[in-house]
Amino acid sequence: MPSLKDLKNRIASVKATQKITKAMKMVAAAKLRRAQEAAEAARPYSQRMSAVLANIAQAVGQDDSAPRLMTGTGKDQVHLLVVCTAERGLCGGFNSQIARLARDHTRKLLASGKTVKIVCVGKKGFDILRREFASLIIDRVDLREVKRIGFTNADQVGRKVIGLFEQGEFDVCTLFYSEFKSVISQIPTALQLIPASAPAAVAETTGATAIYDYEPDAGAILGDLIPRNISVQIFRALLENVAGEMGAKMSAMDNATRNAGEMINKLTLNYNRQRQAQITKELIEIISGAEAL
Amino acid sequence: MADNFNFELVSPERLLVSGSVSEVVIPATEGEMTVMAHHAPTMTTIKPGVVTVKFADGRKDRYVVFGGFADIVPTGCTLLAESAVPADEVKSDEITRRIEAARAELAHAKSDDQKFGIETYLAELTTLQGIVVPV
Repeated sequence: MPSLKDLKNRIASVKATQKITKAMKMVAAAKLRRAQEAAEAARPYSQRMSAVLANIAQAVGQDDSAPRLMTGTGKDQVHLLVVCTAERGLCGGFNSQIARLARDHTRKLLASGKTVKIVCVGKKGFDILRREFASLIIDRVDLREVKRIGFTNADQVGRKVIGLFEQGEFDVCTLFYSEFKSVISQIPTALQLIPASAPAAVAETTGATAIYDYEPDAGAILGDLIPRNISVQIFRALLENVAGEMGAKMSAMDNATRNAGEMINKLTLNYNRQRQAQITKELIEIISGAEAL
Repeated sequence: MADNFNFELVSPERLLVSGSVSEVVIPATEGEMTVMAHHAPTMTTIKPGVVTVKFADGRKDRYVVFGGFADIVPTGCTLLAESAVPADEVKSDEITRRIEAARAELAHAKSDDQKFGIETYLAELTTLQGIVVPV
């Protein structure tokens, strides 16, 4: 049975923890709003981009002139997984969910005899995946210093991926990130970047296929467009990730605050009971002492 | 009075302009072009340069863009810029930084094709710096 003093200290420490988690929740809420705004502001670009891409992909069709980034190398032996996670923990199952999806994917690929290479964006995913696949991780990108994710950050990752592709380091590239559905639900998602899953189906349904003039020509534009599209996809993934991280952190910290509150209640009850018991004990001692006289 | 059409200037970070305009001058790779309503459907890449937007109410705005592409249809025009800033907010060190980055890239370039591409880009940037930065 802990002494009264121990209990008192315990209560004080839980209270201090509660204050911290509460503050973290508030910070996460503020950051979440900003992250959501950023994600929303970036949406028009990626929407237009895919519309244009669908249009132009249709024009180029299945020509041989289509760039290799789109058609792929024709093999699927070497897979590159780009795993985007958060830089910090304390956000519930957010990081481990993404890492688990990537891990399952890796295991499946390895079991079917494929080669897997991993690029980690964000520290947490690296920490988790390192335990099992340390030898497969070829690179990691650190965004810890970045306060606000800009397009340049995503572009760096995109260039890295394209550079690897041009060196023939891999055949298929998949991006892992967490899609932001709402504050309480983030869905870990795998998205195939290379070869680009053709969005041609969209263009067919809209039916708006005017005859375009291309300057310089369709192939050249497509060649310019696809690397950019990869960066845009990564940018979107990173923004969704930030929003998701903040959402997850907010609900995790909310839970923690509530748990701390419950714990304080329990400990206080315990403390009071024990104090009462001690008083009773002292009284009994006095009374029985008096009676003995 | 010329007809108006919808123009959108979008950068990955945000939507800069969206509205009814009467004409837009775009620094296309093959030379500057002025887009007005009922333009033939065109898709073009863009070099670093200045986009001049003339709004329906006669107001004129200038934006500096760094590469991208434009999707032009008779009823509208969408400009997807890699990076875009209003011309009066452009900082000269931003352009200088890009020029330096391009120079560094040039030093690493292997094939002649690559070198040519970067040199063209560099020339465009230097021209842009001459235009934007008041001497």
